[in-house]
Amino acid sequence: MIHAYLILALLLFGIGIVGVISRRNIIIIYMSVELLLNGVNLALIAVSSHLQTGDGQIISMMVIAIAAAEAALFMALFVVLFRTRRSLDANLFNLLGERRD
Amino acid sequence: MTDMLLAWILLAPLFGAVTITMLHLLLHKEPPHRHLYTAIALAGPGISALGAVVVAFESYMHGTVGHATLFTWLDVDAFSVGVSLMSDPLSSAMLLFVAPVGFLIHCYAVGYMKDDPGYARFFAWFNLFLFFMLLLVLADNPVLMFIGWEGVGLCSYALIGFYFQDRANVRAGNKAFILNRIGDFGFLSALMLLFVAVGDHGFTFASVEAHLGAIPSSQLGLIALLLFVGAMGKSAQIPLYVWLPDAMAGPTPVSALIHAATMVTAGVYMVARFSPLYELTENVGYFISCIGAASALLAALIATRQNDIKKILAYSTMSQLGYMFMAAGLGGYSLAIFHVFAHAFFKALLFMGAGAVIIALQHEQDITKMGGLRRQLPLLYAMMLVATLALSAVPPFAGFFSKDAVMAHLFASGHYGIYAVALLTSALTAFYMFRLIFYVFHGEEDHKTATISRWMNVPMLLLALGSATAGVLNLPPLFGGSESFSAWLSLEAHPPHIAHGAELMLIGANLLLIAAAAYIAYRRYGAPGAAREDRPRTAFARLVEGKFYVDELYGNAIVRPLQRLSLWSDEQLNKAAIDRSIQRTALAYLRVGSWMKQYHNGNIRFYALYMMFGISLCCLYLIWNLEL
Repeated sequence: MIHAYLILALLLFGIGIVGVISRRNIIIIYMSVELLLNGVNLALIAVSSHLQTGDGQIISMMVIAIAAAEAALFMALFVVLFRTRRSLDANLFNLLGERRD
Repeated sequence: MTDMLLAWILLAPLFGAVTITMLHLLLHKEPPHRHLYTAIALAGPGISALGAVVVAFESYMHGTVGHATLFTWLDVDAFSVGVSLMSDPLSSAMLLFVAPVGFLIHCYAVGYMKDDPGYARFFAWFNLFLFFMLLLVLADNPVLMFIGWEGVGLCSYALIGFYFQDRANVRAGNKAFILNRIGDFGFLSALMLLFVAVGDHGFTFASVEAHLGAIPSSQLGLIALLLFVGAMGKSAQIPLYVWLPDAMAGPTPVSALIHAATMVTAGVYMVARFSPLYELTENVGYFISCIGAASALLAALIATRQNDIKKILAYSTMSQLGYMFMAAGLGGYSLAIFHVFAHAFFKALLFMGAGAVIIALQHEQDITKMGGLRRQLPLLYAMMLVATLALSAVPPFAGFFSKDAVMAHLFASGHYGIYAVALLTSALTAFYMFRLIFYVFHGEEDHKTATISRWMNVPMLLLALGSATAGVLNLPPLFGGSESFSAWLSLEAHPPHIAHGAELMLIGANLLLIAAAAYIAYRRYGAPGAAREDRPRTAFARLVEGKFYVDELYGNAIVRPLQRLSLWSDEQLNKAAIDRSIQRTALAYLRVGSWMKQYHNGNIRFYALYMMFGISLCCLYLIWNLEL
């Protein structure tokens, strides 16, 4: 029974990774990050229920709370990023790398 | 009292050297202050000379052995080396001539260097030399002695190259320094071996002597041999002697003090200092004796064909050092030291006389261009004659007693071959010395001479007095004495005995040879109408004239190949191997860097991928290792 949950969690996590890495739209990337978090949440809850302890559920509640705070932050970030480049293409924001002028 | 005097004796010349250097640095732009420099330069050696005479007198009369520790230099665990001085009879005997003769030569140098622009520099080095020489003589442990040993080498180097404007002088200085380095390598290795063997019990001469028995005899032989390698370098013996004739490039007082009276005898002193060691290694002693004999003969042969007045004396010094090693090698340590003692007087006097001749003839050193000086410089002639007679071992001058004691010892110890070499060398000595005298002072030539100042004449007179009378210190029983010098040093365990009749015969034979040699010299160079020229007729004479081509041999066999090796290693090893490998390494880093650069593109998405990759690897590692 737990296997099904874990496999679903793994699927969610995998989809999240692929989304983060392959998509260029920052909003989609954000959505993929949420998928990652929720994959982990699902795994935590499943294991917690399997072991008959509440620890995992408490942690997942915290993760959800943090994800909510993160969402508020991300919304502000989108606005600022869009104002600077008139776009939300992740490839445009590469100031960390070597400058190629 | 002796203890405090030792510190004064040692430090007075150092004080002079430091003060002169400071003053020179402060005042060098102003007009020269010769009187100031002279006063300081003479004060240090003067104090040392007075103190040395007192210390030697105390030691001779009352057997006082002074000890003075200035400070502890090294203190590691049980190993402790102090800057400690000691005046046992051997040190006192060396002191007795090093400091007074040093002082007299300083006085002489005041006159000799009078017009030299490097006056202050000269006396700074000269005082420093005396300090190091006294350190070498007074040291109570081998480490301190080595410092003095190196210090005198340094001063010798600086003073040989004193007229550094001429490249040849600089090269002569380098030659002396490098050849001494070879000798020092032997000395230092011997000290290390000695330290490893007996260093647990402290490392003074006394403690080394006390524990010599604990060293295996094979190692003892090696130590003795390596020590003698050091002596070879410093005392100009075969094969490391070639620096001494070239060292005459320095000012004449330097030749007199460093390369005749004191520094070059340091090797003999060292052998005498380690006499307990050499007592146990008779084979090495015999080897030393042979080297001494070979050096004495070779140098005397070369000296008969030299024309530079200072080079003749340089080879003569080497030859006399050979005598000292002949005696020291066969156990006659105190006789060797007594010859050192007497030699210091007459050889210093000869060099000073040569310097006076050079000054009088406006820097002419070639004896074939001199002549007839006895009319212009009768006092100098008399003094040079005294020194020559002393060097040729004519009684009753100092050299007679010291050299004949050495030769009697050689005969008595049963090594007749070495004795024969010594006898032959003695005749050759008389020949080349009288050749010099006849060339310089006899003949019909008339030269204009410059006057010789009192600064130069008075020290020479005092040394002439010493050369004439120093022999009484070690009067042998044959002449009613009691060998009090040898008894004072008491270095020999059991000196070989020789009957008075035999000794008289030896002296007679020696004197006969000397007289014959002097007569031949007279016929060739001194008699009215003599040809006064050397034309090498035989192959051997040409060989002697070319100094046996030892310099050329060393040049071709050692120096040239080394030079070629250096050039080769510069091109092949340095440029090809080392430089290129470093360049390759740098290039490799560059390549790796530019390869890595493309992964550092600033896109967060890629960084996320790398992170994921890393975390995955960590997880795999955990899964495998924790067996989950």
